[in-house]
Amino acid sequence: MSGFTLERLGWAPWLAPLSAEELTDEHHEALVDRARAASPYFLLLARDPHVLQARTHTDNDIFHNTDGGLPRAERELAATATSRRNGCVFCASVHARFAAHYAKRPDDVRRLLDEGVHAPQDGRWRAIIDASVAVAATPGELGAAHVEALRAAGLDDLAISDVIHAAAFFNWANRLMLSLGEPVKEDQ
Amino acid sequence: MTADVIDHLAGVAPGSPLDGLRRRRPAAREHAQCSFDALFAPGSETEVTLVERDAVAAFVAGLHRDDPAVRFYAERLAELAPRLADTVRAETAAGLTTGPYGIDPALPADGAEGLRYRVRNPGALGVRLTAAFEHTHLLVFRPREASREALGALVKAGWSTTGIVTLSQLVAFLSFQIRVAAGLRLLGRTGVAA
Repeated sequence: MSGFTLERLGWAPWLAPLSAEELTDEHHEALVDRARAASPYFLLLARDPHVLQARTHTDNDIFHNTDGGLPRAERELAATATSRRNGCVFCASVHARFAAHYAKRPDDVRRLLDEGVHAPQDGRWRAIIDASVAVAATPGELGAAHVEALRAAGLDDLAISDVIHAAAFFNWANRLMLSLGEPVKEDQ
Repeated sequence: MTADVIDHLAGVAPGSPLDGLRRRRPAAREHAQCSFDALFAPGSETEVTLVERDAVAAFVAGLHRDDPAVRFYAERLAELAPRLADTVRAETAAGLTTGPYGIDPALPADGAEGLRYRVRNPGALGVRLTAAFEHTHLLVFRPREASREALGALVKAGWSTTGIVTLSQLVAFLSFQIRVAAGLRLLGRTGVAA
Protein backbone atom coordinates (compact mmCIF):
# COMPACT_ATOMS: atom_id res chain seq x y z
CA MET A 1 0.00 0.00 0.00
CA SER A 2 1.45 3.33 -0.95
CA GLY A 3 0.16 6.88 -0.65
CA PHE A 4 -3.19 8.54 0.07
CA THR A 5 -6.04 7.52 -2.20
CA LEU A 6 -9.76 7.96 -2.76
CA GLU A 7 -9.95 4.30 -3.77
CA ARG A 8 -11.79 1.83 -1.57
CA LEU A 9 -9.31 -0.09 0.61
CA GLY A 10 -9.49 -3.14 2.81
CA TRP A 11 -7.97 -3.40 6.28
CA ALA A 12 -6.15 -6.41 7.71
CA PRO A 13 -5.77 -6.77 11.49
CA TRP A 14 -2.45 -7.63 13.15
CA LEU A 15 -4.27 -9.29 16.08
CA ALA A 16 -6.99 -11.94 15.99
CA PRO A 17 -10.53 -10.51 15.84
CA LEU A 18 -13.35 -12.46 17.48
CA SER A 19 -14.77 -15.18 15.25
CA ALA A 20 -18.47 -15.35 14.37
CA GLU A 21 -18.80 -18.30 16.80
CA GLU A 22 -17.39 -16.25 19.68
CA LEU A 23 -19.97 -13.46 19.36
CA THR A 24 -22.48 -13.28 22.22
CA ASP A 25 -25.52 -11.01 22.49
CA GLU A 26 -23.32 -8.55 24.37
CA HIS A 27 -20.91 -8.39 21.42
CA HIS A 28 -23.75 -7.92 18.92
CA GLU A 29 -25.10 -5.08 21.04
CA ALA A 30 -21.62 -3.54 21.13
CA LEU A 31 -21.33 -3.69 17.34
CA VAL A 32 -24.57 -1.59 17.23
CA ASP A 33 -25.00 -1.93 13.48
CA ARG A 34 -25.16 -5.61 12.41
CA ALA A 35 -23.23 -4.89 9.21
CA ARG A 36 -20.23 -4.15 11.42
CA ALA A 37 -20.11 -7.86 12.39
CA ALA A 38 -18.53 -8.46 8.97
CA SER A 39 -15.65 -6.05 9.64
CA PRO A 40 -12.38 -7.42 11.07
CA TYR A 41 -11.74 -3.98 12.61
CA PHE A 42 -14.97 -3.93 14.62
CA LEU A 43 -14.65 -7.66 15.44
CA LEU A 44 -11.23 -6.92 16.93
CA LEU A 45 -12.53 -3.93 18.92
CA ALA A 46 -15.43 -6.14 20.12
CA ARG A 47 -12.91 -7.81 22.46
CA ASP A 48 -13.71 -4.87 24.76
CA PRO A 49 -17.44 -4.61 24.02
CA HIS A 50 -18.37 -1.84 26.46
CA VAL A 51 -15.82 0.59 25.08
CA LEU A 52 -16.72 -0.30 21.48
CA GLN A 53 -20.42 0.27 22.08
CA ALA A 54 -19.90 3.68 23.69
CA ARG A 55 -17.43 4.64 20.98
CA THR A 56 -19.85 3.71 18.19
CA HIS A 57 -22.68 5.80 19.67
CA THR A 58 -20.29 8.74 20.12
CA ASP A 59 -19.14 8.41 16.50
CA ASN A 60 -22.70 8.23 15.12
CA ASP A 61 -23.90 11.33 16.94
CA ILE A 62 -20.86 13.42 16.01
CA PHE A 63 -21.16 12.57 12.30
CA HIS A 64 -24.85 11.84 11.73
CA ASN A 65 -26.82 14.15 14.07
CA THR A 66 -28.70 16.42 11.66
CA ASP A 67 -29.93 18.94 14.25
CA GLY A 68 -28.16 22.05 12.93
CA GLY A 69 -24.45 22.71 13.15
CA LEU A 70 -21.90 21.74 10.52
CA PRO A 71 -23.09 20.09 7.28
CA ARG A 72 -22.14 16.41 7.00
CA ALA A 73 -19.73 17.18 4.13
CA GLU A 74 -17.65 19.42 6.37
CA ARG A 75 -17.68 17.01 9.33
CA GLU A 76 -16.20 14.51 6.85
CA LEU A 77 -13.73 17.16 5.68
CA ALA A 78 -12.50 17.58 9.27
CA ALA A 79 -12.16 13.77 9.55
CA THR A 80 -10.23 13.66 6.27
CA ALA A 81 -7.87 16.52 7.16
CA THR A 82 -7.17 14.95 10.58
CA SER A 83 -6.45 11.56 9.00
CA ARG A 84 -4.22 13.21 6.37
CA ARG A 85 -2.24 14.98 9.08
CA ASN A 86 -1.90 11.89 11.28
CA GLY A 87 -0.92 9.70 8.33
CA CYS A 88 -3.91 7.33 8.39
CA VAL A 89 -4.29 6.21 4.77
CA PHE A 90 -7.28 3.96 5.49
CA CYS A 91 -9.36 6.54 7.43
CA ALA A 92 -8.45 9.23 4.92
CA SER A 93 -9.69 7.13 2.00
CA VAL A 94 -13.05 6.36 3.64
CA HIS A 95 -13.77 9.90 4.77
CA ALA A 96 -12.37 11.57 1.65
CA ARG A 97 -14.96 9.61 -0.33
CA PHE A 98 -17.70 10.79 2.04
CA ALA A 99 -16.48 14.39 1.88
CA ALA A 100 -16.23 14.30 -1.92
CA HIS A 101 -19.69 12.77 -2.18
CA TYR A 102 -21.55 15.07 0.22
CA ALA A 103 -19.76 18.25 -0.87
CA LYS A 104 -19.74 17.26 -4.57
CA ARG A 105 -16.17 18.59 -4.66
CA PRO A 106 -13.97 15.58 -5.55
CA ASP A 107 -11.18 17.74 -7.00
CA ASP A 108 -10.76 19.75 -3.80
CA VAL A 109 -10.74 16.57 -1.72
CA ARG A 110 -8.23 14.92 -4.05
CA ARG A 111 -5.96 17.97 -3.73
CA LEU A 112 -6.12 17.66 0.07
CA LEU A 113 -5.02 14.01 -0.19
CA ASP A 114 -2.39 14.51 -2.92
CA GLU A 115 -0.76 17.74 -1.78
CA GLY A 116 -1.58 17.69 1.91
CA VAL A 117 -3.29 19.86 4.47
CA HIS A 118 -1.60 23.06 3.22
CA ALA A 119 -2.82 22.70 -0.39
CA PRO A 120 -4.93 25.67 -1.56
CA GLN A 121 -8.66 25.57 -0.66
CA ASP A 122 -11.44 28.14 -0.49
CA GLY A 123 -11.76 30.24 2.67
CA ARG A 124 -14.32 28.11 4.49
CA TRP A 125 -12.51 24.82 3.82
CA ARG A 126 -9.19 26.52 4.71
CA ALA A 127 -10.58 27.47 8.13
CA ILE A 128 -11.95 23.95 8.79
CA ILE A 129 -8.75 22.20 7.65
CA ASP A 130 -6.51 24.57 9.66
CA ALA A 131 -8.59 24.04 12.79
CA SER A 132 -8.48 20.25 12.30
CA VAL A 133 -4.69 20.30 11.88
CA ALA A 134 -4.36 22.39 15.05
CA VAL A 135 -6.57 19.91 16.94
CA ALA A 136 -4.34 17.02 15.72
CA ALA A 137 -1.21 18.56 17.26
CA THR A 138 0.12 17.28 20.60
CA PRO A 139 0.08 19.47 22.66
CA GLY A 140 -3.02 20.99 21.08
CA GLU A 141 -2.55 24.12 18.98
CA LEU A 142 -6.15 25.22 18.49
CA GLY A 143 -6.36 28.88 19.45
CA ALA A 144 -8.61 31.94 19.39
CA ALA A 145 -7.43 32.79 15.85
CA HIS A 146 -8.78 29.47 14.56
CA VAL A 147 -12.15 30.13 16.20
CA GLU A 148 -12.19 33.65 14.72
CA ALA A 149 -11.43 32.26 11.24
CA LEU A 150 -14.24 29.71 11.56
CA ARG A 151 -16.69 32.43 12.67
CA ALA A 152 -15.55 34.66 9.79
CA ALA A 153 -16.21 31.75 7.41
CA GLY A 154 -19.83 31.67 8.62
CA LEU A 155 -19.76 28.88 11.21
CA ASP A 156 -21.93 29.35 14.31
CA ASP A 157 -21.00 28.02 17.75
CA LEU A 158 -22.59 24.61 17.18
CA ALA A 159 -20.81 24.23 13.83
CA ILE A 160 -17.48 25.15 15.45
CA SER A 161 -18.16 22.62 18.21
CA ASP A 162 -18.88 20.06 15.46
CA VAL A 163 -15.50 20.79 13.82
CA ILE A 164 -13.79 20.26 17.19
CA HIS A 165 -15.66 17.00 17.83
CA ALA A 166 -15.19 15.56 14.32
CA ALA A 167 -11.47 16.38 14.34
CA ALA A 168 -11.01 15.14 17.92
CA PHE A 169 -12.88 11.93 17.14
CA PHE A 170 -10.46 11.10 14.33
CA ASN A 171 -7.57 11.40 16.75
CA TRP A 172 -9.29 8.45 18.43
CA ALA A 173 -10.08 6.54 15.21
CA ASN A 174 -6.72 7.11 13.46
CA ARG A 175 -4.78 5.73 16.43
CA LEU A 176 -6.78 2.49 16.42
CA MET A 177 -6.72 1.99 12.64
CA LEU A 178 -3.01 2.76 12.39
CA SER A 179 -1.88 0.61 15.29
CA LEU A 180 -4.05 -2.53 15.17
CA GLY A 181 -3.66 -3.43 11.49
CA GLU A 182 -2.95 -2.05 8.04
CA PRO A 183 -4.70 -1.03 4.82
CA VAL A 184 -4.67 -3.55 1.98
CA LYS A 185 -6.03 -3.62 -1.56
CA GLU A 186 -9.70 -4.42 -1.16
CA ASP A 187 -9.63 -7.78 -2.92
CA GLN A 188 -6.87 -9.14 -0.64
CA MET B 1 -21.76 7.28 38.52
CA THR B 2 -18.96 9.78 37.85
CA ALA B 3 -19.73 13.42 37.12
CA ASP B 4 -19.29 14.24 33.42
CA VAL B 5 -15.53 14.35 32.96
CA ILE B 6 -15.49 16.50 29.80
CA ASP B 7 -17.66 19.08 31.59
CA HIS B 8 -15.19 19.00 34.48
CA LEU B 9 -12.11 19.33 32.25
CA ALA B 10 -13.64 22.06 30.08
CA GLY B 11 -15.23 23.98 32.96
CA VAL B 12 -18.77 23.60 31.61
CA ALA B 13 -21.30 24.90 34.15
CA PRO B 14 -24.83 23.45 34.17
CA GLY B 15 -27.21 25.65 32.20
CA SER B 16 -24.37 27.64 30.58
CA PRO B 17 -24.27 28.28 26.80
CA LEU B 18 -21.51 25.65 26.50
CA ASP B 19 -23.72 23.16 28.33
CA GLY B 20 -26.47 23.99 25.84
CA LEU B 21 -24.12 23.31 22.92
CA ARG B 22 -23.11 19.92 24.32
CA ARG B 23 -26.74 18.95 24.80
CA ARG B 24 -27.42 19.49 21.08
CA ARG B 25 -25.33 16.31 20.61
CA PRO B 26 -26.80 14.33 23.51
CA ALA B 27 -25.61 10.86 22.47
CA ALA B 28 -22.06 12.09 21.90
CA ARG B 29 -22.10 13.73 25.35
CA GLU B 30 -23.53 10.65 27.06
CA HIS B 31 -21.34 8.09 25.32
CA ALA B 32 -18.08 10.00 25.65
CA GLN B 33 -18.76 9.62 29.38
CA CYS B 34 -19.78 5.94 28.96
CA SER B 35 -16.43 5.40 27.21
CA PHE B 36 -14.64 6.94 30.17
CA ASP B 37 -16.65 4.76 32.58
CA ALA B 38 -15.96 1.59 30.58
CA LEU B 39 -12.22 2.33 30.62
CA PHE B 40 -11.81 3.70 34.15
CA ALA B 41 -14.49 1.84 36.10
CA PRO B 42 -14.21 -1.50 34.27
CA GLY B 43 -16.30 -4.51 35.20
CA SER B 44 -13.15 -6.62 35.29
CA GLU B 45 -9.43 -5.99 35.84
CA THR B 46 -8.44 -9.37 34.39
CA GLU B 47 -6.84 -7.96 31.24
CA VAL B 48 -5.73 -4.50 32.40
CA THR B 49 -5.61 -3.46 36.07
CA LEU B 50 -7.00 -0.17 37.32
CA VAL B 51 -3.50 0.93 38.36
CA GLU B 52 -2.25 0.24 34.82
CA ARG B 53 -5.14 2.23 33.35
CA ASP B 54 -4.58 5.20 35.63
CA ALA B 55 -0.81 5.14 35.14
CA VAL B 56 -1.14 5.19 31.34
CA ALA B 57 -3.80 7.92 31.57
CA ALA B 58 -1.59 10.13 33.75
CA PHE B 59 1.21 9.65 31.19
CA VAL B 60 -1.06 10.49 28.22
CA ALA B 61 -2.44 13.61 29.92
CA GLY B 62 1.09 14.69 30.89
CA LEU B 63 2.33 14.31 27.31
CA HIS B 64 -0.56 16.53 26.13
CA ARG B 65 0.44 19.22 28.69
CA ASP B 66 -3.22 20.06 29.22
CA ASP B 67 -3.36 21.33 32.80
CA PRO B 68 -6.90 20.30 33.82
CA ALA B 69 -6.38 16.81 32.33
CA VAL B 70 -2.92 16.52 33.91
CA ARG B 71 -4.39 17.37 37.34
CA PHE B 72 -7.40 15.09 36.93
CA TYR B 73 -5.48 11.97 35.90
CA ALA B 74 -2.50 12.62 38.19
CA GLU B 75 -4.86 12.83 41.17
CA ARG B 76 -6.54 9.56 40.25
CA LEU B 77 -3.17 7.81 40.08
CA ALA B 78 -1.81 9.45 43.25
CA GLU B 79 -4.82 8.16 45.16
CA LEU B 80 -4.32 4.61 43.92
CA ALA B 81 -0.52 4.34 43.73
CA PRO B 82 1.36 7.38 45.12
CA ARG B 83 4.87 6.04 44.48
CA LEU B 84 4.02 5.10 40.92
CA ALA B 85 2.71 8.65 40.41
CA ASP B 86 6.24 10.01 41.03
CA THR B 87 7.69 7.57 38.51
CA VAL B 88 5.07 8.55 35.92
CA ARG B 89 5.86 12.23 36.45
CA ALA B 90 9.55 11.58 35.74
CA GLU B 91 8.76 9.48 32.65
CA THR B 92 6.42 12.19 31.37
CA ALA B 93 9.15 14.82 31.68
CA ALA B 94 11.46 12.54 29.66
CA GLY B 95 8.82 11.98 26.98
CA LEU B 96 7.72 15.58 26.28
CA THR B 97 7.88 16.61 22.62
CA THR B 98 5.52 17.90 19.91
CA GLY B 99 3.68 15.79 17.34
CA PRO B 100 2.44 14.21 15.23
CA TYR B 101 5.59 13.03 13.48
CA GLY B 102 7.08 9.80 12.18
CA ILE B 103 8.27 8.05 9.06
CA ASP B 104 5.96 5.77 7.08
CA PRO B 105 7.77 4.32 4.05
CA ALA B 106 4.42 4.36 2.20
CA LEU B 107 4.23 8.17 2.67
CA PRO B 108 7.72 9.34 1.71
CA ALA B 109 6.70 12.95 1.01
CA ASP B 110 5.45 13.49 4.57
CA GLY B 111 8.00 12.05 6.94
CA ALA B 112 9.32 13.90 9.97
CA GLU B 113 11.82 12.55 12.47
CA GLY B 114 11.24 12.85 16.20
CA LEU B 115 11.81 11.30 19.60
CA ARG B 116 11.48 7.52 19.83
CA TYR B 117 11.00 7.44 23.58
CA ARG B 118 12.31 4.62 25.73
CA VAL B 119 11.31 4.28 29.38
CA ARG B 120 13.96 5.74 31.72
CA ASN B 121 13.26 3.62 34.76
CA PRO B 122 11.92 0.22 33.69
CA GLY B 123 12.64 -1.17 37.16
CA ALA B 124 10.13 1.20 38.76
CA LEU B 125 7.44 0.68 36.10
CA GLY B 126 7.77 -3.09 35.75
CA VAL B 127 7.76 -5.14 32.55
CA ARG B 128 4.11 -4.65 31.54
CA LEU B 129 3.95 -0.90 32.12
CA THR B 130 7.36 -0.34 30.52
CA ALA B 131 6.08 -1.89 27.29
CA ALA B 132 2.76 -0.05 27.66
CA PHE B 133 4.42 3.37 28.12
CA GLU B 134 6.64 2.94 25.07
CA HIS B 135 3.60 1.92 23.03
CA THR B 136 1.57 4.81 24.46
CA HIS B 137 4.21 7.34 23.45
CA LEU B 138 4.21 5.84 19.95
CA LEU B 139 0.41 6.16 19.74
CA VAL B 140 0.35 9.72 21.07
CA PHE B 141 3.15 11.20 18.92
CA ARG B 142 3.93 8.99 15.92
CA PRO B 143 0.93 6.74 15.27
CA ARG B 144 1.99 6.32 11.62
CA GLU B 145 4.99 4.32 12.88
CA ALA B 146 2.77 1.76 14.60
CA SER B 147 3.61 -1.77 13.49
CA ARG B 148 3.07 -5.46 14.00
CA GLU B 149 6.44 -5.48 15.81
CA ALA B 150 5.24 -2.82 18.28
CA LEU B 151 2.31 -5.07 19.20
CA GLY B 152 4.79 -7.96 19.47
CA ALA B 153 6.67 -6.03 22.17
CA LEU B 154 3.44 -5.78 24.19
CA VAL B 155 2.74 -9.49 23.76
CA LYS B 156 6.27 -10.30 24.91
CA ALA B 157 5.68 -8.18 28.03
CA GLY B 158 2.63 -10.25 28.92
CA TRP B 159 -0.21 -8.28 27.30
CA SER B 160 -3.08 -10.42 25.97
CA THR B 161 -4.83 -9.62 22.69
CA THR B 162 -7.84 -8.27 24.57
CA GLY B 163 -5.56 -6.31 26.92
CA ILE B 164 -3.88 -4.67 23.90
CA VAL B 165 -7.29 -3.68 22.50
CA THR B 166 -8.24 -2.07 25.83
CA LEU B 167 -4.87 -0.29 26.16
CA SER B 168 -5.16 1.03 22.58
CA GLN B 169 -8.73 2.22 23.21
CA LEU B 170 -7.64 3.94 26.40
CA VAL B 171 -4.86 5.95 24.75
CA ALA B 172 -6.97 6.70 21.66
CA PHE B 173 -10.01 7.71 23.74
CA LEU B 174 -7.93 10.10 25.85
CA SER B 175 -6.58 11.62 22.62
CA PHE B 176 -10.22 12.44 21.87
CA GLN B 177 -11.38 13.47 25.34
CA ILE B 178 -8.49 15.85 26.01
CA ARG B 179 -8.97 17.53 22.60
CA VAL B 180 -12.73 17.96 23.01
CA ALA B 181 -12.33 19.43 26.49
CA ALA B 182 -9.58 21.81 25.35
CA GLY B 183 -11.67 22.88 22.35
CA LEU B 184 -14.77 23.53 24.46
CA ARG B 185 -12.71 25.44 27.03
CA LEU B 186 -11.37 27.64 24.22
CA LEU B 187 -14.85 28.13 22.79
CA GLY B 188 -16.06 29.17 26.24
CA ARG B 189 -13.23 31.71 26.53
CA THR B 190 -13.98 33.23 23.14
CA GLY B 191 -17.64 33.69 24.12
CA VAL B 192 -20.49 31.37 23.17
CA ALA B 193 -23.82 33.00 22.34
CA ALA B 194 -26.53 32.00 24.81
